[in-house]
Amino acid sequence: MIDAVGNPQSLFILGGTSDIALATAEQYAEQRSLRIILADRPEESDRMNEAAERLRQTGSTVTTLSFDARKPETHAEVVDKAFADGDIDVTLVAFGIQGDNEKGWTDAEAARLNADVNYVAPVSLGVHLSEKLRKQGHGNLVVMCSPAGERARRTNFVYGSAKAGLDVFYTGLTYALADSGVKVTVVRPNFVRTKLTEGMKPAPMAQTPQQVASTIVGAVRKGKEQVWVPAQMRWVMTVLRHLPRVIFRRLPF
Amino acid sequence: MARLGSVASVKDEQQTLTGWGRTAPTQARVISTPDIETIARAVREAGERGVIPRGLGRSYGDPSQNAGGTVIDMTALDRIHVVDADEATVEVDAGVSLDTLMRRLLPYGLWVPVLPGTRQVTVGGAISSDIHGKNHHSQGSFGSHVLSIDLLTADGEVRTLTPEGAESDLFWATVGGMGLTGIILKATVRLKRVETAYFLVDNVQTRNLDELLEYFTDGSDANYTYSVAWFDSLARGDKMGRALLTRGNSAKVEDLPKKLRKDPLGFNAPQLMTAPPIFPNGLVNKYTITAFNEVWYRKAPTKYGSVQNITQFFHPLDLVGEWNRVYGPSGFLQYQFMVPFGQEDMFRRSIDRISASGHASFLNVLKTFGPGNAAPLSFPSEGWTLTVDIPVTPGLDRLCAQLDEMVLDAGGRLYLAKESRTTPEMIERMYPRIHEWRKTREAVDPEGVFRSDLSRRLGL
Repeated sequence: MIDAVGNPQSLFILGGTSDIALATAEQYAEQRSLRIILADRPEESDRMNEAAERLRQTGSTVTTLSFDARKPETHAEVVDKAFADGDIDVTLVAFGIQGDNEKGWTDAEAARLNADVNYVAPVSLGVHLSEKLRKQGHGNLVVMCSPAGERARRTNFVYGSAKAGLDVFYTGLTYALADSGVKVTVVRPNFVRTKLTEGMKPAPMAQTPQQVASTIVGAVRKGKEQVWVPAQMRWVMTVLRHLPRVIFRRLPF
Repeated sequence: MARLGSVASVKDEQQTLTGWGRTAPTQARVISTPDIETIARAVREAGERGVIPRGLGRSYGDPSQNAGGTVIDMTALDRIHVVDADEATVEVDAGVSLDTLMRRLLPYGLWVPVLPGTRQVTVGGAISSDIHGKNHHSQGSFGSHVLSIDLLTADGEVRTLTPEGAESDLFWATVGGMGLTGIILKATVRLKRVETAYFLVDNVQTRNLDELLEYFTDGSDANYTYSVAWFDSLARGDKMGRALLTRGNSAKVEDLPKKLRKDPLGFNAPQLMTAPPIFPNGLVNKYTITAFNEVWYRKAPTKYGSVQNITQFFHPLDLVGEWNRVYGPSGFLQYQFMVPFGQEDMFRRSIDRISASGHASFLNVLKTFGPGNAAPLSFPSEGWTLTVDIPVTPGLDRLCAQLDEMVLDAGGRLYLAKESRTTPEMIERMYPRIHEWRKTREAVDPEGVFRSDLSRRLGL
């Protein structure tokens, strides 16, 4: 159960090697020891085990699950396993791929991979998670979306298109689950220096995973449905969203 | 004879519930009915998320919430069955509030033996939390005055339990058991006799904590049935712990001024207003509390022998309905602990720690407890108890965790009716008899049908 001061006792991370998700787990574990379940691809098992070991140092109990975003037929089982040992207070949907934008609209295989991992998988999981959370009558579901989904940009519209769909789906879930005791939080971080963005040129107002994690912890505590990181990003995007297309497409990013 | 009310009304709906501290909301199916058969069916068909009773929701944390499960709203079960004025007992439904009970009993010269800081609690809740009042040092806790309990257990049957009968272990596991042994349907309670509805009160203004502790320990408390101190948590230096000590006894008719003697048992307890739900976070802060403390302290100079009515003496907060709203949407928590006598130093350190943390507390109450009772999860036991109310702001979790350690080191414990954020390990160590309680509970409810957010959070 989440307690009166907003600290959870259990945390389920889909994308168990995500820098942002692990930074969030660390911040929670600093407050009090908790039960953490990490789930990620078998290929990532070494990194995931390392992360699990690090989190155990805080006194928390950590288990790992093998999970493949590209196999939606296995998602129900993964979610079942995660909830088998008791209620899950906070679930982070924090996996995704950046991919090469040019390949993403010229190579059908790459385009499909982007759609499968960044949209189909989190939506399929969202259905299974909602069912569990509704039954338990409480819990927070946090999903990592992106400003890239706000408006198509030449340099990242493939990634952005999946995030746009994802954002709408989970925002819709906040409404659908409003009377079930379950809170959904859509997180829209600006450029974050993580393994996902390795080798990319940082955008202005770039964030660290720790900054995003603090925002997530605060948003869960307050039951917020939508947060931008940094908070000013909301106003920047409000302006960008309304720029005439002829101007927007000429902007240098 | 067929009862007219035999087709009882049943309200059955999904609701989001919190405790009085308005933190950690969760969703449950809430069933409200006076029909015991319907309640028994809900227990038998509870399903894996279980069922828990709820009274007036005055516990601060989550003991009367049950996320994803069923909550039985007991306030629909509200009949007073028998008042025995000769024996000074009452047989009453669990959903009757102490407020109602007190109003009904006063004309007979009978008095509810234990009243907490509000009258807005039910009889069932009073037993489940084994509540205490300003008279604990002289009268003990509520459970010590209960003669019998009708308990609906997990098998759907109703058992009548007594403190010394065949199932006395279940009786005492139910007292202070936070509703986790079953649903209390009815209880018989032994009452006190009073001549008037008034109190003869002595107020003492003390300059600091030392002076206050001196009053509590010099033996003078034995002259008073009721005794409690409010102290200023923000005053520092030689004023640290300055306090108002209020002690009193039930007034006799001859103690009353002429005007009141005409109707000595008349009950005068108005509710002036209800706080509207418009207060923002942060209104209750260091500055407003400092100002409040100053006024509160100065308005009550030392004075002996004043006559006060029930609300003045017991329940000044009941003057304002829904007063928890002034803390804003983030809510607040109440931290109450007890430590044995001899741990006075620990108070000083805890008060220091609280005021140094910048978390300002509004209602700070100190009193002494007399001996505890046979209930393994009952909170009061011989020693001191201290209560602080703190709005939920960042960093509060760390302060409370530090206080937990201090309480545990001093051999003390936290009050489950107020608790909303500690760890299962802490409770395990603070209640050394918890294993006895678990054994009794497992025997009567092996499947764990009765469960609540509190039981999940603390592994009870």
